[in-house]
Amino acid sequence: MSIHNVIQVEGLTKKFGDFTAVNAISFKVEKGEIFGFLGANGAGKTTAMKMLIGISIPSSGKATVAGFDVFTHAESIKKSIGYMSQKFALYDDLTVKENITFFGGIYGLSRKRIRQKSAVLIEELGLEKVANKLVGALPLGWKQKLSFSVSMIHDPKIVFLDEPTGGVDPITRRQFWEMIYKAANQGITVFVTTHYMDEAEYCDRVSIMVNGKIEALDTPKKLKEQFKVANMNDVFLKLARG
Amino acid sequence: MKRFIGFVKKEFYHIFRDRRSLFILFGMPIAQIMLFGFAITNEINNVDIAILDHSKDTNTEEIINKISASKYFSINQFIDKESDIETIFKKGKIKAVLNFEKDFSKNLIKDYKANIQIVTDATDPNTANTISNYINAILTQYNKELNNKVAFSYQIVPQTRMVYNPELKSVYMFVPGVMTIILMLVSAMMTSISIAREKELGTMEILLVSPLKPFQVIVGKVFPYIFLSIINAIVIVVLSIFIFKMPVLGSLVLLGLESVLFIITALALGILISTISATQQTAMMISLMGLMLPVILLSGFIFPISSMPLPLQVISNIIPAKWFIIIIKGIMLKGVGIQFIWKETLILVGMTIFFIGISVKKYKIRLE
Repeated sequence: MSIHNVIQVEGLTKKFGDFTAVNAISFKVEKGEIFGFLGANGAGKTTAMKMLIGISIPSSGKATVAGFDVFTHAESIKKSIGYMSQKFALYDDLTVKENITFFGGIYGLSRKRIRQKSAVLIEELGLEKVANKLVGALPLGWKQKLSFSVSMIHDPKIVFLDEPTGGVDPITRRQFWEMIYKAANQGITVFVTTHYMDEAEYCDRVSIMVNGKIEALDTPKKLKEQFKVANMNDVFLKLARG
Repeated sequence: MKRFIGFVKKEFYHIFRDRRSLFILFGMPIAQIMLFGFAITNEINNVDIAILDHSKDTNTEEIINKISASKYFSINQFIDKESDIETIFKKGKIKAVLNFEKDFSKNLIKDYKANIQIVTDATDPNTANTISNYINAILTQYNKELNNKVAFSYQIVPQTRMVYNPELKSVYMFVPGVMTIILMLVSAMMTSISIAREKELGTMEILLVSPLKPFQVIVGKVFPYIFLSIINAIVIVVLSIFIFKMPVLGSLVLLGLESVLFIITALALGILISTISATQQTAMMISLMGLMLPVILLSGFIFPISSMPLPLQVISNIIPAKWFIIIIKGIMLKGVGIQFIWKETLILVGMTIFFIGISVKKYKIRLE
């Protein structure tokens, strides 16, 4: 395996009874890459992602994440990755600082490290004034940005984002993507699912899943050339309609 | 360990910042024990009664004096005619009327027999029954005193002795029950709700993706409730000893250990419930219907199990609360040691292992 590939997937399959949710997908993701994982609802994106983050056991196939096998070393994978789910998942009844401390704590960061991290993070996000306010009182956009930062509190190699920008305004989405770029520049690999096709244009490479299979995988530019269309939206529609 | 402390701290933030759970945790035990101890009682005190005395002679006067001297009754009114009975009952204050027949003393001397009619307001049948029993007891007593003056032979005099709760205080019956309910409520319902809450909010997923092991998550969530349940149990015991003068004849240590065992049983049930419910609402409904109702109705707390129809008696065996109530009644009121309650204890241990076993099986570490 090449040291540059932080995610390697070969013939990964997940079956629920007779239904094949993920059908023998294969792809590689390089270090520091922003990898867009696209697909319509029910195409199998979330199931595939759950296998990669170690909370769902694949039915067959091979996959390594951050150099660890998903079958045998799920626990090691968990230490090397960050995860942000579609649902906003910080604790509303804890303050900004308490949330940071809590998540830092469960990833085993030292108290000193948590204090440093928390100061940097609060400053970067401009949350100084609300650091001791309950997270529940913050606007959704701020929560999402905080949630993203918290998912990277332990400096993971890869961060998995499951539809991170659902329901936020265009300006916040823009800022969110700036954060993603910044993370990628620091060498963190970003694996992101999204419904917004303009966001797909921001990715280094994009895969599109249809009915459990990956039907296309390339840079946004090449995909547009291949399907002879002007934007990713049309690429997606062409594929999804079959 | 540090992770664990952080987790428990977060759990306490949740509890202390939510007024509802604070109320259930601390208001409820005190409110319940006070309610059951003071308000809800099977005893009667100072019941208002009326007298309809057609004779007004020595004997009736003696009886009336005896009744008014007892703390159970206060004579509120004297009436003159039968038709008044209906009228005063309708007003609602008077619960019973004593109607002495005409020529009471004369009949007693002439026929060795005189009649008193006890009329009770049976809109509340339990109270009516108790009142009539109490009046009967006073009359029997008086009867005996009369008989002592006249030499009589062949009398069977039953001497009833109520052991373990000689004054028949209902609080003795309620304390074990309330303690059981509270521990069930705090341990089972609150934990199941709090775990379901993480599922509902999506934070459970984040926790499962973190390096925390699933059992660490569960233990971290359960631990604060063990702690709070123990505090609750102590508060209840202290209240019952100091306010209701309830005796704890047996060993406090044994009582403590048995309570911890029951808390763990209830927690295991709570975890089991949380594994099958996806939302807080469901967890609460299952806890209320599946746990609280049986605890109240079938555990022998309020309704004696021996007078239930057979199928319900059989069902009552699978309710952990039934065994715990037997255990704590034994320890508190009879002062028994483990040699008398090891069977019940073993049943609870067995149930606990069983519940934990199913929860572990059902708990989806890797979702699907």
